[in-house]
Amino acid sequence: MTLSSVEAAPTAAPEPGRVDRIRAAAYRIRHHALTMGEVQGQGYVGQALGAADMLASVYADQLTYRAEDPHWEGRDRFLLSTGHYAIGHYAALAEAGIVPVAELETYGSDDSRLPMSGMSTYTPGMEISGGSLGHGLTIAVGMALGLRLQGSASRVINFLSDGELDEGSTWEAAMGAHHHQLGNLTAMVDINALQADGATDTVLRTEPVTEKWESFGWYTQRVDGNDVGALLAAFDNIATRSAATGQPSVILCDTKVGRGVPLLETREKAHFMRIEEHEWQICREQLTAGYEGTASA
Amino acid sequence: MSTLTTAAGAAGSSAPVQAAKPKLKTSAMIASFADPGQKTTPAPFGHALVKAAEADTRIVGLTADLGKYTDMHIFAKAFPERFFQMGMAEQLLFGAAAGMAETGLIPFASTYSVFAARRAYDFLCLDIAEPNLNVNIVGGLPGLTTGYGPSHQATEDMAIFRGMPNLTIVDPCDSIDIEQAVPQLAASDGPTYLRLLRGNVPTVLDEYDYTFELGKAKVLRGGNDVVFVSSGLMTMRALQAAEALAKHNVDVAVVHTPTIKPFDSATVLAELSTDRLAVTLENHTVVGGLFETVASAVVTAGLGKRVVPIALPDQFLDAGALPTLHERYGLSVDRIVAKVLAELG
Repeated sequence: MTLSSVEAAPTAAPEPGRVDRIRAAAYRIRHHALTMGEVQGQGYVGQALGAADMLASVYADQLTYRAEDPHWEGRDRFLLSTGHYAIGHYAALAEAGIVPVAELETYGSDDSRLPMSGMSTYTPGMEISGGSLGHGLTIAVGMALGLRLQGSASRVINFLSDGELDEGSTWEAAMGAHHHQLGNLTAMVDINALQADGATDTVLRTEPVTEKWESFGWYTQRVDGNDVGALLAAFDNIATRSAATGQPSVILCDTKVGRGVPLLETREKAHFMRIEEHEWQICREQLTAGYEGTASA
Repeated sequence: MSTLTTAAGAAGSSAPVQAAKPKLKTSAMIASFADPGQKTTPAPFGHALVKAAEADTRIVGLTADLGKYTDMHIFAKAFPERFFQMGMAEQLLFGAAAGMAETGLIPFASTYSVFAARRAYDFLCLDIAEPNLNVNIVGGLPGLTTGYGPSHQATEDMAIFRGMPNLTIVDPCDSIDIEQAVPQLAASDGPTYLRLLRGNVPTVLDEYDYTFELGKAKVLRGGNDVVFVSSGLMTMRALQAAEALAKHNVDVAVVHTPTIKPFDSATVLAELSTDRLAVTLENHTVVGGLFETVASAVVTAGLGKRVVPIALPDQFLDAGALPTLHERYGLSVDRIVAKVLAELG
């Protein structure tokens, strides 16, 4: 547990069985992402591996949905702002049973329902078309307002990246969510410290990120985004607190690009990671070895 | 013409107007282009939205700190729980409108046309138009309806928006058009953009056998010598110019095309398939608006017809009083009459 929050640590740590279940889901999401990456021979595999624990926590623990009816009115909404993370999102949708696992191998191919950049018009369970960064949180504000107006208990979770903190629209939305007291809205920021042109602190310094969100009026927690226990604890804190206060919540998740595959964790960080043909099998073996090694620990 | 004066922003025109005339002053933002004594209707959009919202509980209203200036305040007062103030944040305004539509609501989101078209385009395009959501964009101060200069004059809004797939564009003439358009915009499935006329809006089309139909052009009057094809407030000017030209023994037909996209080419081309002088009139730059819409329809149909544009020039316009500017840039009745007489030789 590495909850380095401005808030108090959770009163109770998530039970081990729950953590193990989410870790298993994260392992399968990573495995799916590698399979999809191999189809393309390249791609945003590093981001998918880094965000897998966040996605697993959402889909295997937090979201209410019906796999057979992705448009069910009572569902919670998960909005992927970062369209290029679609590879990870498709893997999570497969884990959730919304997209068939067998379909994942069509990723990025002509006529596939799983395009390289996520779009709501293509994929079941994909709520918005991301990709033009800084949009997701503005749409999330409208969804949270609309659901509340109609008496729905559904929540809205927006996944965004630290690069999106460059966009002014993200902060317009952050102000709007606070102004309208959207306790039904949670943002998850993947802080992998990497953007298209390089490290975030060399492209445009976004730190201090925690203080920024706090000052915008959000219930702010910063956690190790690759620590499932910390992620679940953060969600538990929100459940006991935010709905009652009407305060929007943000979980700032420090993650590691390529997490779970040492070969990629140690590779020079790149927005679009190149992986050689013979390396995919190595990646899968390293992923499985790492997961099984710690799973029994 | 309006001679409202205020201390705020009272930048007198530096144009070479006739020396004997006192220089007009720039009106405050709520400038009216109604002629003195002309019949007007207050806030037709706001009242029409209230009426539509009484019939359909899915309708909600949003604005970006311009509720009072887009007649949205009428709706906000009638339905405070269904009105959402998003602050001076146009990207949030339209992203949130998209999110509300995703939950089954029918948002009307208002700001000035310049901010919708220039500042929030990406959000309109990807969050609203691409998923084809029923979000209704309401843009105040379209074309040249303020004397505040290029920061407020949306002279190229239709040119910007015509390239956006799925978007319906409506350029109403008067209060009748607006009142009748609002429920049709709400009932229309995809996104729409309304070039809002607000405040005391002229009431003109009740004098004609006319109803607004989304996607339809209407022949308001027939005429043997000239055919005007016009939209927006320029239809009011076209009708006035037609009356004035009658005194010169010039018989003018007027075709009103309040829906710019999708464009009713069939009705317009039928009117242009004659030997009459064809003139388009629009409150918009000559680039990418009604003139080019008509021109492309004419060329596509192989009509081989000359079309004379009356439109704003392809330049950033001056600040000043609206009557001064409409005269300077050719939108006034006098300038229209002079142009037509010159064309007829």
